[in-house]
Amino acid sequence: MLELYALAVGPLAWLAFGVFVIGSLARLFSMYSLAKKKDAAFLSYMTWRYSLRSIFHWLIPFGSLGWRENPALTVATYVFHICLFLVPIFLMSHIVMWDTSFGFTYAALPDGLADGLTVAVMVVCLFFAWRRLSLPEVRFVTSNHDWLVLVLVFCTFSTGFLAYHQIGDSLTLTTLHVLCGEAMLIAIPFTRLSHMLFGFFARGYIGSEFGGVRRAKDW
Amino acid sequence: MTTTIADRRIEDAGLEAGIARLTPEKIQKTILAVLEGEGGARLKTYVETCVRCGMCAKACHYYMSHKDPSYAPVAKVRQTMWEILKHKGLVSPEFIHQCAQIAYTECNLCRRCMHYCPLGIDTAYIMSFVRRICHKLGVTPQYIQDTAHSHSATMNQMWVKDDEWIDTLKWQEDEARDEMPELRIPLEVEGADFMYSVIAPEPKFRTQLIYQAAFIFNQAGLNWTMPATPGWDNSNMAMFSGDMEIMGRVEMAHFEAAQRLRVKRIVMGECGHAFRAIYDVGNRWLGWGMHPVPVVHSIEFFWDLLNSGKIRMAKKYPGPVTIHDPCNVIRGRGLMDKLREVVHAICDGVVEMTPNREHNYCCCAGGGVINCGPPFKNVRIVGNSVKADQLKATGVKTCIAPCHNCHGGLEDIIHKYGLGIELKFLGDIIYECMEKKGAS
Repeated sequence: MLELYALAVGPLAWLAFGVFVIGSLARLFSMYSLAKKKDAAFLSYMTWRYSLRSIFHWLIPFGSLGWRENPALTVATYVFHICLFLVPIFLMSHIVMWDTSFGFTYAALPDGLADGLTVAVMVVCLFFAWRRLSLPEVRFVTSNHDWLVLVLVFCTFSTGFLAYHQIGDSLTLTTLHVLCGEAMLIAIPFTRLSHMLFGFFARGYIGSEFGGVRRAKDW
Repeated sequence: MTTTIADRRIEDAGLEAGIARLTPEKIQKTILAVLEGEGGARLKTYVETCVRCGMCAKACHYYMSHKDPSYAPVAKVRQTMWEILKHKGLVSPEFIHQCAQIAYTECNLCRRCMHYCPLGIDTAYIMSFVRRICHKLGVTPQYIQDTAHSHSATMNQMWVKDDEWIDTLKWQEDEARDEMPELRIPLEVEGADFMYSVIAPEPKFRTQLIYQAAFIFNQAGLNWTMPATPGWDNSNMAMFSGDMEIMGRVEMAHFEAAQRLRVKRIVMGECGHAFRAIYDVGNRWLGWGMHPVPVVHSIEFFWDLLNSGKIRMAKKYPGPVTIHDPCNVIRGRGLMDKLREVVHAICDGVVEMTPNREHNYCCCAGGGVINCGPPFKNVRIVGNSVKADQLKATGVKTCIAPCHNCHGGLEDIIHKYGLGIELKFLGDIIYECMEKKGAS
């Protein structure tokens, strides 16, 4: 297990970050090339001003009609995405690893808070799962792919939580946690998690159309 | 209750004849060609980015009325485009029938769902893409195909012959001269301030609208003209049937009529989809970033006439009245403020609908849906009970809708749900209540 752990935090970590960064850049670049080749007439309507205006309104909780009409999902979505970024980046144990490997460090979240945010992510995962199972309009469009993505996130955070609290075999759980996290990173460019990359462009485009051409708000 | 499109299959002569000619192999060949030729980053991004959250369900009047998840915007994509892509176009003729039924008759392309999707996915674009595929496969509802044929043969939507067009204008001029002896409907006046364009249903069966517009323009003393040649019709059903080639020809004829007459701008009647065709779709297809001739919708034009004092109201139309926001000029052009200013200037007792402005529910007729004809009428009427509830809650007796399609759709739900509301165009009310100094 120790070998597997060493593999996970060594070569596999390099691989995961590499695939994530290079894969994301490659996907963004190829999509942009495709847009220039096939959608140039529409790309030309994109403007910074209206793209950012739309994105700004959609980043505000309850700032758009869609958010307002789905209040529970709105709260869940914001909590989920904020934690999804905060916890991995500002967790003390992660910063320690940066320090050990590369010798740099930065401010960490208090452990108690980070723990709470981790629980929040897991709870929201369960909420998302409940929606997929119970709400007819979500169940109708849910596929295995959506479950895979959700399970990946849940496993990453739950194994991290268990490892931190020393529940079960610490080494096994830590190894699993690292592997899940790496799988998630690798999945970002190639699954629906790619909404992290493309979501802003899609929103920016429609924001530009609404703002620049249709002179109406789109939130 | 959850159904699928297969559970609500509707027979339509056009769709049946269309699929009878197809095989999965023929379908695949066509679909791959359309995807290769026209499917780009927008389609790819939308399909890959959608996280299937279902938030858009509440955006759609079909879903809100039926409460059936298969009517949600994302569900429409699931039942069409995702399957097409998953099977790389190798799908059955029956499946294409289903795609056509969803894309042509269960989506008004009203774009309300863009107010619900955090990722900004343009479901209307995806549905238009499905329509494009269906058109290329020759699977289009019979009625809308007939209007596309009419556009192709006559450059107008309703098989109005060239001489009938001129004859109708002269007839309306003659009628109106009883009321205003000096009234003219000027034809072919080069260099006029604006060309007034209408949709073909006006000469065909809503001729009083031409009468009223002529009266208003004459009263205001405007320098205007109408073309005596094809190009007078600003409607465009080919845009909705997926026949972009015909769509482009129709828009070209329209713009060229204005350019030939060297008018400063085009003023169009109270129609939503026609505005979309000229302002947003046709110009792009023809390679213009924006329209090559300035285009003004009636709402804006009336606003201008009222504000500049060219027309004055003798009285205000008695309320309570409510305002219906047509998607193509509100979500499509942001005329919600001007629309309100005009209505407040000509009516008393304005009661707003909730939600309104950009968030307003669609009339469920636009996007070519009403043009798919009787076979699909019940679905769209039952599919818009949410609009009927919205109208009913205002408690008004009059609803102003500055769009032809909206009149068609709202008329049907007012009748079906016994709302007892009278529909009006802005022109109806302005004509009725304005100062008529030139009248005899």
